[in-house]
Amino acid sequence: MTVFTPNPPLDLDDPGLREHFLRLVGDGDEYGAVEVVTALLEQDIPPQRIMMDLIARTQSRVGELWAANEWTVAREHAATATAERALAALAAHTPRRPDRGRITIACVDGEWHALPVRILAEMLRLDGWRVDFLGPSVPGPHLVTHLHQTGPDAVALSCMISTRLPRAHAAITACRSAGIPVIAGGRGFGPGGRYAQTLGADAWAAGAEEAVARLASSWPPPPRDPQVHAFLGDDEYTHVVRHRPDLIVTGMRSLMTAFPAMASYNDQQTDSTLEDMGHVVDFLASALYLSEPQIFTDFVDWTNDVLQARGVPSPALRAGLQVIRDQLHDYPRALSVLDAGLSRLSP
Amino acid sequence: MRALVPAPALLRAALDAASEAVLLCGTADDTILLVNTAAANLVPDVATLRGALTAGADTFTVEHAGRHIAGRRRTLDEDHYAWYLRDRTEEVNRAAALSAERARTAFLADAGRRLSASLHQGRCLRTTAELAVAHLADAAVVILPPHRRRSTWLRLTGGERIVEGSVAESQLSDVPGMVEVLGGFPPIPSRWLDAAQAPSWLGLGEIGALLVTPLPGTAEPAGALILAKRGSTFTTDDEILARIFAARAGSAISAAALYREQADTAAVLQADLLPPELLQMDGVELVGSYQAAREALRIGGDFYDVFEPTHPGGDTVLALGDVCGTGPEAAVLTGKVRQTLRALHLVDADPAEMLRVLNQALLQSGRQHRFVTLVVGALRRADHGRVRLTLATGGHPPPLVLRADGTVEEVPVSGTLIGAVTETVVRPAEVELAPGELCLLYSDGLFEARGGPTTTAQYGEARLKAALSTCQGLPATATVERVRQLVSDWMHGGARDDIAMLAVRAPVRTALSLRDGGQTQSSFALNTRRVRQRS
Repeated sequence: MTVFTPNPPLDLDDPGLREHFLRLVGDGDEYGAVEVVTALLEQDIPPQRIMMDLIARTQSRVGELWAANEWTVAREHAATATAERALAALAAHTPRRPDRGRITIACVDGEWHALPVRILAEMLRLDGWRVDFLGPSVPGPHLVTHLHQTGPDAVALSCMISTRLPRAHAAITACRSAGIPVIAGGRGFGPGGRYAQTLGADAWAAGAEEAVARLASSWPPPPRDPQVHAFLGDDEYTHVVRHRPDLIVTGMRSLMTAFPAMASYNDQQTDSTLEDMGHVVDFLASALYLSEPQIFTDFVDWTNDVLQARGVPSPALRAGLQVIRDQLHDYPRALSVLDAGLSRLSP
Repeated sequence: MRALVPAPALLRAALDAASEAVLLCGTADDTILLVNTAAANLVPDVATLRGALTAGADTFTVEHAGRHIAGRRRTLDEDHYAWYLRDRTEEVNRAAALSAERARTAFLADAGRRLSASLHQGRCLRTTAELAVAHLADAAVVILPPHRRRSTWLRLTGGERIVEGSVAESQLSDVPGMVEVLGGFPPIPSRWLDAAQAPSWLGLGEIGALLVTPLPGTAEPAGALILAKRGSTFTTDDEILARIFAARAGSAISAAALYREQADTAAVLQADLLPPELLQMDGVELVGSYQAAREALRIGGDFYDVFEPTHPGGDTVLALGDVCGTGPEAAVLTGKVRQTLRALHLVDADPAEMLRVLNQALLQSGRQHRFVTLVVGALRRADHGRVRLTLATGGHPPPLVLRADGTVEEVPVSGTLIGAVTETVVRPAEVELAPGELCLLYSDGLFEARGGPTTTAQYGEARLKAALSTCQGLPATATVERVRQLVSDWMHGGARDDIAMLAVRAPVRTALSLRDGGQTQSSFALNTRRVRQRS
């Protein structure tokens, strides 16, 4: 193994530099991370490249390391906090006078993945936008108040987890009802941003660079009636959401019967299991809301990978899905979504 | 039986009496052999129809001398055919009027929806110009009434971008009809306005017709709408439609102006009540977080504040508290409490003393049933990178300390709530934080947050302590954000109370504690804690 030495000139394409930066953020070494970023800036490397090729890529790696159980949640949090400091330092070194419109950037209510959105905010700022970044987990009323007070030309809304899509929908409808077009982004909106269209967003972008390009041309989109996309979901969705507590508590009881070992769980283990049952119900609800079973099967695939990495066998997840399924016999669409999920797990 | 053959004169009389216009023609050379009375009335000079009659088709429609005429050809015998003509003028006019009426209704509905969407004045002005150019004119300028002797304006010419600017009040009178409109007088019809006199600062270029319409406001005009057409002129109907539209635009613009005035006032008042920006002091990490129950307002009954040392080597003072109630009334009281504490800090009162004096001050302020719980801490650096905190509470949940080994301790402080009774009991305590250790001050909204799988369970102190213990080695920002996130997930978007947190972390040199991998797992649980896609 060659030892990387962070001496200039630094090369963004050097995997050694990326590994070095990953180590710095993972150790919470704010000064080291800021030093790398400022050294790159001093070499006249465009700040956009530093954000996309170093900070954003490192953050993807952090997510992978967490999913693979190589990093703890705590280390991942520290890495994110450190990367944010590096990003702030980069922003401080690259002033730009706004000469485009004004844009509001927010994460959907309940959504905490702020770093990718902060990167988008900086990318847009460097492109001449006047940016208002409202932060993670922005409640709908707060967002709408902000829109009435500042009258931006666009709202960029991020949603990384599909369970937040019903709330994303409420936010999109509210923004468009306030006359502001919405560009959606983030993995939560599905492959190719398919769900963003269903929810009435005016545009969708896969990443920060695409969003910058989309907003630089053909914006604003022609105004459309926001009420056209205002209602989704059906009685099955309503049932699942309204009976969420029952579904979880009854499901938990069935699990206890099936797995007597669970009786000896401590409070924290019980809480975790309840929370995981909550995820099953929430992803099911989202799949029903959008009539997209893939929301649920993607969740099952991903959770299964995460659990395998932590040595939890598939039958545990199967059992979790099954005890919810047992309570929804009268709901054919919910059953077919759950069955699609169950078919992804080896028996 | 022998068929009766009517005399030609009788046939002629019968045709003349018919209401349908008939032209009898010879097939050989298309000559018109007979024109009945109805046809002669409809088309006095039949020859002018020749083109349509001989085009070879079996039907035609033609506009002739202001009338819409439809023709239908019928073969009568080998040598003759006839054209039956119908006057469609009324029908066509009715259809045209109907579709114009529909377009007007659709336009006004669209305008009403889009204008009522935003309370932001800039957006209302833009929307007004966009709608006007899409439906009423080739170019539109919206002008606001003068403010400090200048008027702001916004112009949109079809196919171009919106341009904004401002003009001196004295130049407004250059625009024909503008003085009347802004003065609240009836607008002057377009035909009396000389388009050539439009001043160059309007930027309209060569125009054929000008219309200046008031934008009616609440008591005085909200501004004026100038419409310009290149070639054609404004009809009376156009002017009426423009006036109806301007009425809607005017009320939207004046509502937005009113909202802005109120929002500006609220922002000024709010600015003092919002939590302060915290600076890193002498390497000590200080991180605050505040979430108001009424999100639209962002202020409420919880507060925190940090007061810098009054002299070199003095204590930094922290305070976090909770006034009973929520919303603006509570927020106003938090402002008074913060100001009192700041003054007490200036006279070097210790935390326990601060609480006692604050209690007296609140009791004497005369406001009944307004009490407050709070924690006050005095912070100073000790040897070996340690931080010493003297803490005192008045009826507030005791702060928690996250030790380097991951254990979470409650600081042994107690005290009665402030502003309720004259006799207060305050039992302060001291804690020392080793490098990397953290002390969390928080309001009860944190552990009283209701949610979880049953939606009614409290988050509780046990969960709060467990959550905090997973933050061992994290920077204070990450700890505060993580706790906030866990509680938000717990509430699952349910009703929120105000939640305030203030974390103090002793400076750390390296973060080696993060380097071990793995994490304890439940044997069944889908223990993903934060489920999300691979990022």
